[in-house]
Parts: sequence; structure tokens; C-alpha cells
Amino acid sequence: MSALSDLEKLYMDLRDDPAFQKEFDLDLAHYVGRPSPLYEAARLSDAIGGGRIFLKREDLNHTGAHKVNNTIGQALLAKRMGKKRVIAETGAGQHGVASATVAARLGLECCVFMGEEDIRRQALNVYRMKLLGAKVVSVTSGSRTLKDAMNEAMRDWVTNIDDTFYIIGTVAGPHPYPMLVRDFQSVIGREARAQCLVQNGKLPDALVACVGGGSNAIGLFHPFLGDADVAMYGVEAGGKGLETGAHAAPLSAGTPGVLHGNRTYLMQDEDGQILETHSVSAGLDYPGVGPEHSWLKDIGRVQYVAANDDEALSAFHRLTKVEGIMPALETAHALAHAEKLAAGMTPEQHIVVNLSGRGDKDILTVASIDGIEV
Amino acid sequence: MSRIAGVFDELQRSGRKALIPYIVAGDPDPAGTVPLLHKLVASGADVIEVGVPFSDPMAEGPVIQKGHERALANGMTLKKVLSTVAEFRQQDAKTPIVMMGYTNPIERFGYDAFADACVGAGVDGLITVDLPPEEVDAIDTALQAVGLDNIFLISPTTPESRIKTIVGRARGFVYCVAVKGVTGSGQLDTTEVAESVALIRDKTTLPIAVGFGIKDAESACAVAAAADAVVVGSALIDKMNQEAALGNTSQIQLHSAAVKLLRSIRAGVDSSPS
Repeated sequence: MSALSDLEKLYMDLRDDPAFQKEFDLDLAHYVGRPSPLYEAARLSDAIGGGRIFLKREDLNHTGAHKVNNTIGQALLAKRMGKKRVIAETGAGQHGVASATVAARLGLECCVFMGEEDIRRQALNVYRMKLLGAKVVSVTSGSRTLKDAMNEAMRDWVTNIDDTFYIIGTVAGPHPYPMLVRDFQSVIGREARAQCLVQNGKLPDALVACVGGGSNAIGLFHPFLGDADVAMYGVEAGGKGLETGAHAAPLSAGTPGVLHGNRTYLMQDEDGQILETHSVSAGLDYPGVGPEHSWLKDIGRVQYVAANDDEALSAFHRLTKVEGIMPALETAHALAHAEKLAAGMTPEQHIVVNLSGRGDKDILTVASIDGIEV
Repeated sequence: MSRIAGVFDELQRSGRKALIPYIVAGDPDPAGTVPLLHKLVASGADVIEVGVPFSDPMAEGPVIQKGHERALANGMTLKKVLSTVAEFRQQDAKTPIVMMGYTNPIERFGYDAFADACVGAGVDGLITVDLPPEEVDAIDTALQAVGLDNIFLISPTTPESRIKTIVGRARGFVYCVAVKGVTGSGQLDTTEVAESVALIRDKTTLPIAVGFGIKDAESACAVAAAADAVVVGSALIDKMNQEAALGNTSQIQLHSAAVKLLRSIRAGVDSSPS
């Protein structure tokens, strides 16, 4: 607890410190490659008919996903605290890669916890982390996925608290993490909002983002929360279908509870045990969700829906074929819902989809589902 | 006087330290839990901590984690843990039982309903590992209303100001975590443990139990020199695992292995110089 209080205190001091913000912004510009473009997916819009779809291209960031925005920010905090080792949990491996990347850049020791099941299905990212000098620890407890990796990272952190900084990859976990991860990711929404005004002369009618823990979604949504006319959709992993129970959609089909130091919607049984999740995408395979999303659901500001594995896979193929952009399977869930939404809109209406990550890491998964040996 | 206070009072008057074994309810076999509790008492336990299995036991090392997993695979639930304690109470009205678990199953049960069920079953105290004092008001109100002790962990990284807050809310005893880390981990530094205990002692008259990392008679003896109670969990479960790995998987064989270790730890505690 005292490590969390120390982190909160440091962050509250730095949050409005222009020198810290400048350092963060410079890194985002020169190391990550921001701002990321807002690209109109005209052929995708035409293929569907209806509203115009714009993609916020977080896949073009260094390391290929939005995750790096946050790891840059937290690495700056780790540096200020004088920590020489960072640890991270990862599901799809994108946050692990982004953590290993900033650790390499700052000369910090890095250890990434990853569920045994995820190591199997994200072999490319595992090797990337190793190339970057990180140690990847296979987590064999529980369901062997993201939540168990987070448990293991917490255990490591309390054991090595003196020299270690825990870089949490999403807007979950104990306070102050949900707040600081949201702040670091909000650059997505700030840029997108300004780009909409410049490129289209108006704000979008709807925002769509996938939600696992919810960091890319909160990053896009947060700067628009005051814009009452902008509808927002968070898309969870519907897995094999909400009715089958084999999904990862706590906001759509879960109940409130306490896990990993926050109160939020969870997938749990009647005894309060956390349930195993299912999703074709490792990055959405988490039984909880950031607490701010739970609040946004309860106040009705954001609508949370689910897209099934099959719908996500179709959206993956469609974007690849008609736009030449291969999205991550996580992101494909957002695209699947955006397509439904666009179909019911007019061409005067605009949708911004957070294209949170690129799909190279998922090629083997997709090939195996399609029955192709690579 | 509560059952917990009574036991510590009696021990203090006879100049002895308490021994607190920890087991996970339902591990390795739900039918064996009540007999094991009785055997632990017969082998020197003064208080028993009963672990409530949880799918995500964040504070546990690998040994106790596996215990939680086995218990859940055996169909253990919070309700069944409560009935296990109730069954134990039919034969033992004296030994305090402290439940140790995580927030979510208790919250799901409902705080008031849980507190009532604890009293009904004969539970004496509760350790909620992942509930810091900042978040404890709701459950504490329910526990206090029925006279249950709320027991808090204090870690080696807890600053003094926070120790004050925690002991101000604590009842029954205070649980001093001996090492930075999870259960069953680390090298115990008995000098550091003595310093931590002294720091807490300065701020409370409650008994102080020390746990995490106590493995044998020797470490128990060293810790008992400073503390009022010694908690041993992972070592007991690990002993049963080792026995099972040898192919000795019957209830009697597993329990005998645990009891043998507990007796030697009891001797270690009793040989402490203080």
C-alpha cells in the first residue's frame, strides 16, 4: 500500500509539471512517432454503405499499438523514482513488448509475466521481448492468462519493492494506476478530437474502441466525455457468444466485485470466484475491466456491447482486404461493431474507430483458424 | 472476553507464546479438513487460521496457491468453509478460528450475512488480505456488530504513521508480515523481524503474531523471542505435498506429516529464550 501512496504522491506532483509534460510529449513525438494519423477508411465505408469510418492509427506507433503511450509515461516515473528494474504483465504481448522497449531504451532490467496459454498463442511477441533483453516468465497458475500474469506481477512487486517499478498496462489495478494510465493514453482522444475538427470541421457522431482492461478505449473516450453529442461504444470480447458463457465481457454480462485492488464489473460465479474467460484475442482475455468504464456504464455515458470471435475475424479480413491495413484481433472487435453502426447511419455521420494495434502478431492465430499451415 | 483474547491472556499468564497453523479449507480433501483441524489442536495449535480458497490469491506463494486451486477443484465455497468450521466447533469450543481470505467472495456473500454466518459457525476473527484500512468501514461495521475480531496485516514497508492507523482499527491481534513478499517466500531476517515487532509494540497493547517465511523449529524459536505468536502455513502444506509426492496420499499419512512438523515447531516456540 505504501508503494501505491508514494506513486500517487509523485504522480500528483508531476501531473501538472510543465517540465514533465514536455519530456513526455517529446518522447511521444520523437520516439513513438506521434501524432498518429486520423485516416478515412473510404473503401471500408463504401463496402458497408452508410456512415463514414475514420481510423485513429495507433497501429502506426512504434511497437505497433497504443500500449507504448503508457509505458513511456510510466518509464519516466520509474526513472524519477530511481528504480533500476521494471516488471509488467501482458496478455497479447503488446504491453510486454512496449515495456521491454522502454526498458531497453532506458537501460532498465525488465521482467514480463505472461500466462502459459498466451505464450503459446503469441510466440512472435515473446521472441520480440527476448530480443529486447527482457526476461519472460511463464505463469502457470489459475487460468494461465492475463489475470494470472497480473497476480504474478503483483507478487513479484511486493517481493522486490525496493528496486522495482510495476508498469501496469491497462486502466485496472489499484489506484493510482487507472488514473495515470488513463492520463497517459488520453493523448489518443486529444489528438483525434483536434484532427476531427481540422479535417472534417466537426466532431464525430460516434467513437468505437475495443475494451479488455480498457486503456485504448478510455484514451480515446476521455477527452470527448464533455461532448454530449458524441456517442461512445466500448466493444468487449463476446467470444463464442454471451449466451455460451465463453466470453470476456464483464460489462455486458458480469456483476460488480473486487479484483486486483479495484471495484469493477467482473466475470464471477455465485461464490465470488473469478471465472475463466474466452476470447480469440489474448489482449481482451481478462475477467475484469477498468473501474472508470464501470462508472461510465452505470451513468449511461458509454454503451458497452460485445462482438463475437467470428465477427472479429470477419472484420479482420475485411479491413485487410479493402484498406490494406491488418488490425490486431483485439482491434477487430471494435471494427466489427463499427461496421454494424455505420450500416445504420447516413454519409453525413462520422465514426472514429480506435485502430489500437496492428495484426502482425496474430497472423499465426488467424492462419490456424483458417486451417492454413504457415 | 473474546475467545482470541482469552487464549492470549492465558498464554501470557503462563509465559508461553501462541502457535498458529494455517491450512486451506478443503485442501487436499474436504472430508479431511475437520479431522486435520482437531489434530493440529492436539499437536500444539493455540489458534488456527483457515484459508478461504479464492481463484486469485494474490498474496500467496506457489505452495498456498496450489492449495487454493486444489480446494476450488474440490468444490469448496465460502459457505462450505463456514460449515467446516461449524463442524469443528461441535467438538472444540475453545480454540479460536480465524478465517483468512480475499474480499470478493465475502462481498458476494454480503457483509452482514457473512458476519452472522461467522457467529453461527463459531468463527472468531477475519483477515481480509486485499482490503486496506481505507476500504474496511463497511465490513468492519458488520463484524463489530457481532463481536468478531478484524485482523490486519502490517508489512515491512508499512510506514509508522500507517501502523498507527492500522492498530487503531485492529482487534484480536495484529499480524506482522516477516518478509517483503508473498507467503512462504524469502529469507527470514530475525533481527529485522524483532525491529518490526518493536515498532508495532510501541503503538498497541494487542498481541503481535508474526508470519510469512517461518519454516521450521529454528525459525519459529527465533521469531517467538520477539513475537506473541508464530504463524506457519506454507511449510505445513509443503510437507503434505512432499508426502503425497512420495506416494503416501492417504489422509492419515498426509496429516501425520503435517502434525510431525507442527510438533517440532511447537517445541521450537516453547524453547524460545524470552
